[in-house]
Amino acid sequence: MSERASVPKEEEETESETEQEPVTTGAQSVIRALENAGTDYVFGVQGGAIMPVYDALYDSDINHVTMAHEQGASHAADAYGIVTGDPGVCFATSGPGATNLVTGIADANMDSDPVIALTGQVPTEFVGNDAFQETDTVGITQPITKESYFAADSDTVGDNVSEAFALADAGRQGPTLVDLPKDVTQGETEVEPGKPETPDTYDVPEEADDENVQEAAEALAEADRPVILSGGGVIKANASSALREFAKEYEIPVITTMPGIGSFPEDHELSLEWAGMHGTGYANMAITNTDCMLAIGTRFDDRLTGGVDSFAPDAEVIHVDIDPAEISKNVYADYPLIGDAREVLRQLFDAMPRAPDADEWRDQCQEWKSEYPMDYDTPDDEPLKPQYVVEQFSEMTPDDTIVCTGVGQHQMWASQFWEYTEPRTWVSSHGLGTMGYGVPAAIGAKLAAPDQEVVCFDGDGSFLMTVQGLSVAVREQLDITYVVLNNEAVGMVRQWQDGFYEGRRMASEYPWIPQFDKLAEAFGARGFTLESYENVEETIQEARDYDGPSVIDAHIDPGENVFPMVPSGGDNGLFALNEDQLDMI
Amino acid sequence: MTGGMPGPAPDERMRPKGRRNTQGIRVDPEAEVTHEPRQAVLSALVKHRPGVLSEVSALFSRRQFNIESLTVGPTVDEDTARMTILIEEPEPGIDQAKKQLRKLVPVISVRELEGEAVRRELALVKVSGEKPDDVNAIADMYGGQAVDASTDSVTVEITGSKQKIDAAVEAFKQFDVQEIVRTGAAALERGPKTLEKDV
Repeated sequence: MSERASVPKEEEETESETEQEPVTTGAQSVIRALENAGTDYVFGVQGGAIMPVYDALYDSDINHVTMAHEQGASHAADAYGIVTGDPGVCFATSGPGATNLVTGIADANMDSDPVIALTGQVPTEFVGNDAFQETDTVGITQPITKESYFAADSDTVGDNVSEAFALADAGRQGPTLVDLPKDVTQGETEVEPGKPETPDTYDVPEEADDENVQEAAEALAEADRPVILSGGGVIKANASSALREFAKEYEIPVITTMPGIGSFPEDHELSLEWAGMHGTGYANMAITNTDCMLAIGTRFDDRLTGGVDSFAPDAEVIHVDIDPAEISKNVYADYPLIGDAREVLRQLFDAMPRAPDADEWRDQCQEWKSEYPMDYDTPDDEPLKPQYVVEQFSEMTPDDTIVCTGVGQHQMWASQFWEYTEPRTWVSSHGLGTMGYGVPAAIGAKLAAPDQEVVCFDGDGSFLMTVQGLSVAVREQLDITYVVLNNEAVGMVRQWQDGFYEGRRMASEYPWIPQFDKLAEAFGARGFTLESYENVEETIQEARDYDGPSVIDAHIDPGENVFPMVPSGGDNGLFALNEDQLDMI
Repeated sequence: MTGGMPGPAPDERMRPKGRRNTQGIRVDPEAEVTHEPRQAVLSALVKHRPGVLSEVSALFSRRQFNIESLTVGPTVDEDTARMTILIEEPEPGIDQAKKQLRKLVPVISVRELEGEAVRRELALVKVSGEKPDDVNAIADMYGGQAVDASTDSVTVEITGSKQKIDAAVEAFKQFDVQEIVRTGAAALERGPKTLEKDV
């Protein structure tokens, strides 16, 4: 069970296994393996080599969502995996179907999102002959999955899928893929797939070494300036409650990474929100000046650390991670604790000899909050500020509202100015930074959590990349509110051009942008335009009230940029608060 | 351009005293610490199945580990193969290489072999056949032997450490080396230790 924001999805175990017909083909064994693993939804696109699998799906209770493009299938499955905590499933045919999935698989790999991809393949006898729609899917995806399987036999194809499913979910989650040659899925077999079990070479650590835990706890208790850095792994491990208990008991300020947004409530006084390139000034001050950092489930990405030479340079680092390869990969761990985040937090909770004596430090953190407020001006005579749109929306919606985004400036505003309090309510593309993630991700998120409100902030550039997904949202009657923060540019690139390329705006301005409200209507969704402050609330309310997908085309100040900002490879403590400060650091 | 937030400028802020080196290790601000690359022999037991070699070699390439040689072959267990990988990396790189290897699903276990491990490489050297007796004499010196001969060429087999083979190849150059192939190192730990599954 994952830690869901509100009502947990009901476990539907009503269908008895005795009702199941025995399998007769490899394809049926594939579908049976998915059924056994508890799959509710598959996101996919039909095609020649995957047809036997779809044919077997015809008789299954698994719901299939036909996507408009395979990239959308992998992103929707990814978002489904983030929101439910269980692997999202996507299907595509061989060749272009499989290559179109690749972006979403790579995205899931970077963010450790549980996804299983099943791809059609040309019949075994044609493999290697450059047959129609043949591509080396296993070869292409091997570097971006936990494992890619080539199904060699109708008798074992079900086991391949079961194992891939278990592997996607186990330990550090991530994507797996099974490539399914058409003769293997069409071939006859009576072999039922085995239970989802990870391969015997795959170890999943649970508890960390007790002695190491003891030493780490003592170091943390001794600290004068302690912080907790909570990464995406805390959410993945369903350790948000354990984190909250730990932080509150020992009164240690909490910084999250971007994927860790929602693991700790941002309205709590110990929260400093998130650190990194566009993190809050107070989080970046605290992360720079801490003398002991308890980092949990984070891989110390360069967008978080800036230059490692200036990253938390006074800090002893206690690094909790389920993946031993993350320990001392980017930042040296003085106290490596390999294990499941929830287990290790429990161990640490018990091992702490006392709370650190950190009154002064906590006061300092509060002082930074007032020194570096996340403020912005809203002059009436200037165009709409994107921050205002995000903040208004946040105030109008329940705490368990799920926010999806594309990638770019809008993503930063959505993460900075929305107040997150619950895990699995922030659905975004972090490590890979995939523009176009938002539209299909919102589809996956809504189906994963039909009782929660879903809003997707997107940029005009990002939205255009996967806008065809609106047809799916309309067909499936999904109540999603898309908000396009439209500045007629790929704004983040333009911001960098202005800051670091002498304002030479090559290929970053989109003066030919379509009218998104009309585009939405053409798809069968509701379209709205937003141009001034006076009807922000009213428009948001109308879009939320509409029972189906709606698109708000918010024409924002095209000159607005994202701050604070730590330039790439820079020192987190020297973030720029405005354009002028970029020149000072 | 607009945007921007209130707050003290960068030069007015509280600053930490310490720093880290480029490998993320906290260092004495006065002294620079760098790790020099060293050679390491990694031995890995892997599942003997298609694609394993490409999975391992792709890992080394995409993570930019500096690899000197990689050999692979079957073991007594037909489901298992053994790889010997020579890399040259600073200490943190060697540590990462071991961990990343261990993470691959078909990899059963990984160990770095100690310096005194038995290391052997095989080379086949094809030289001109004009002076077969002289070629044989040099081969004898290095414990090698001629394995093929024709009127125009002699092929010699030599086994040994990398240094020995380097020296032998150098010596054969006087006979006009036509072709050469080297296997890269195979290695086993000395004494009774074996490469069991890591626990």
